[in-house]
Amino acid sequence: MRVALRELCGYRAGDKGDIANVAIFADDDETYALIVREVTAERVKEHFGEFVTGRVDRYEAANVRALNFVMQGALGGGGPRSLRADNLGKALGGALVRLEIDAPDHLAQRRRTRPDVSWADEILAGE
Amino acid sequence: MPDPALPRSVTVAGGQGFYGDTPAAVDALLADGVDYLCLEALAELTLAILQKDRQRDEARGYTRDLPAYLTKALPFVVAGRTKVVTNAGGINPAAAARAAIETARALGISGVTVATVFGDDLLGHVDDLHAGGERFDHLDTGAAYETLPAPPLLASAYLGARGIADALAQGADIVITGRVADASLFLGPLAHEHGWHWDDWDRMAAGILVGHLLECSGQSLGGNYSGDWWAIPHPWDLPYPIAHVEADGTAVITKPAGSGGRVTTDTLRHQLLYEVHDPARYVAPEVVADFTSAQFEDLPDDRVRITGVRGTPATDTYKLLVAYHAGWSGEARVAFSWPDAHAKAKATAAILVKRVEMAGLPVDEWHVEYWGVNALGGPTVPVDDACEPPECVLRVAWRCSDQRTAALVGRELTPLTLSAPPAGMTGSGRGGGSSATELLGIWPSLVRKDNVDPNVRVVLEEVT
Repeated sequence: MRVALRELCGYRAGDKGDIANVAIFADDDETYALIVREVTAERVKEHFGEFVTGRVDRYEAANVRALNFVMQGALGGGGPRSLRADNLGKALGGALVRLEIDAPDHLAQRRRTRPDVSWADEILAGE
Repeated sequence: MPDPALPRSVTVAGGQGFYGDTPAAVDALLADGVDYLCLEALAELTLAILQKDRQRDEARGYTRDLPAYLTKALPFVVAGRTKVVTNAGGINPAAAARAAIETARALGISGVTVATVFGDDLLGHVDDLHAGGERFDHLDTGAAYETLPAPPLLASAYLGARGIADALAQGADIVITGRVADASLFLGPLAHEHGWHWDDWDRMAAGILVGHLLECSGQSLGGNYSGDWWAIPHPWDLPYPIAHVEADGTAVITKPAGSGGRVTTDTLRHQLLYEVHDPARYVAPEVVADFTSAQFEDLPDDRVRITGVRGTPATDTYKLLVAYHAGWSGEARVAFSWPDAHAKAKATAAILVKRVEMAGLPVDEWHVEYWGVNALGGPTVPVDDACEPPECVLRVAWRCSDQRTAALVGRELTPLTLSAPPAGMTGSGRGGGSSATELLGIWPSLVRKDNVDPNVRVVLEEVT
């Protein structure tokens, strides 16, 4: 079955020059083994298309069940030079977890909890 | 005060994560009793901003929120309860030190010693160093320094913790540096307090890892967190992080008592890899740290213990950041309503491009985004021309070689208010359109430490 990475992983992106890195985080060993197998540097490079003009390298951090993708030429020339609204690539984490991978049924059926922002409704209603 | 699990620890806090962060968050850190309040004010983008400041006024070039932070910290400093370490000096640490001293005087505080660490600013030396054998090749692309597109406007070496530790050993209460690497701001006081040797690689790595976890303020405690971010307590008053660090490098990361936020292995691992390339080889000025060696253990009450961090010998270079002029940009935004919002936005962008061409205004680069469709996700978002978003904001940005042209391009948008596809509203009046912003290209490189270290010096001044 296919499943989007958003159901399986946390994410955070950062910038250095024209390089963006996106880390994704698995919650257990089985999911980590799955993403190590499925989420290759080649898949990520293909997923980002023209957004990433250079090489993509992948690093493993098994101690925190994470994969780190380092993407060259990912920020339109780098923060102070880029014409992009997201010149620091902060949104690239969310863009990566849109990627769909093949997973065993019991993992593919997982759904991360969706946000409950009822507290925000209360604040905005002036309560 | 020390953590109960680590009775002989030194306590460091991350009171600032960037230029523009909120000084309000340091109140709780100071009240909690931290030995060192570290204020990390710099980023590549920040150095570029400071360079523009310094171009306008030679007395600027430091992060000007420093006095706001010191106003809060100085009563604790003069009482001997905390010391402050900051890289707020940016590209003008002397001016930052003057501002610090004036802040103390304005508060009627005396007897505080301010140290300034110099030696990171290589702008006046890059050509000589290059002539003397430094290659300064682009760190990422490998391009030769001779191909730098314009003369350097700033050239800052990322110094390490030694100048800070030296300043503290000489009795400094407040240490102000220029471009010291973010995590090194925290290693400085830890090495000083624990007497760590500079070739004790595992201790160096432990200090750097702690610094890396604390340098981005709220990002360790539930800020920018991709887990159940909506359930983080008190997100409108997120606390900033504290680390208790033992002499052997063992650390407990936590937050002020009674505050919101959250400290777990999950919130910390998000920060562990932030802006990191190879996590097994995190190249800091003092050490090559192996972040994959760290073991995280969740303790009760928002505390996480970190052990086992390993390091290997430092490289013989510092990172060097050069910035150069890269043209002028402008941008404009227009909002479009349903129906056909995406198609209207695209047509308007094309009409603007055509009008600018007819006006004879040379544009070196166009960038078109459709907010609400795929501005942030780019090619990862599956859209086609038939996509029907409920609304869409067109953002167009452009780059020109001169300031005047960049400003004139935006004016070509104004007539489209009545002469273009139907907008839901005109958004072009805000967010630019007729003003231009200078772009700076950045050129990361390496510089040999033995070309930098002889010029690093610490200057102390007591506020009288």
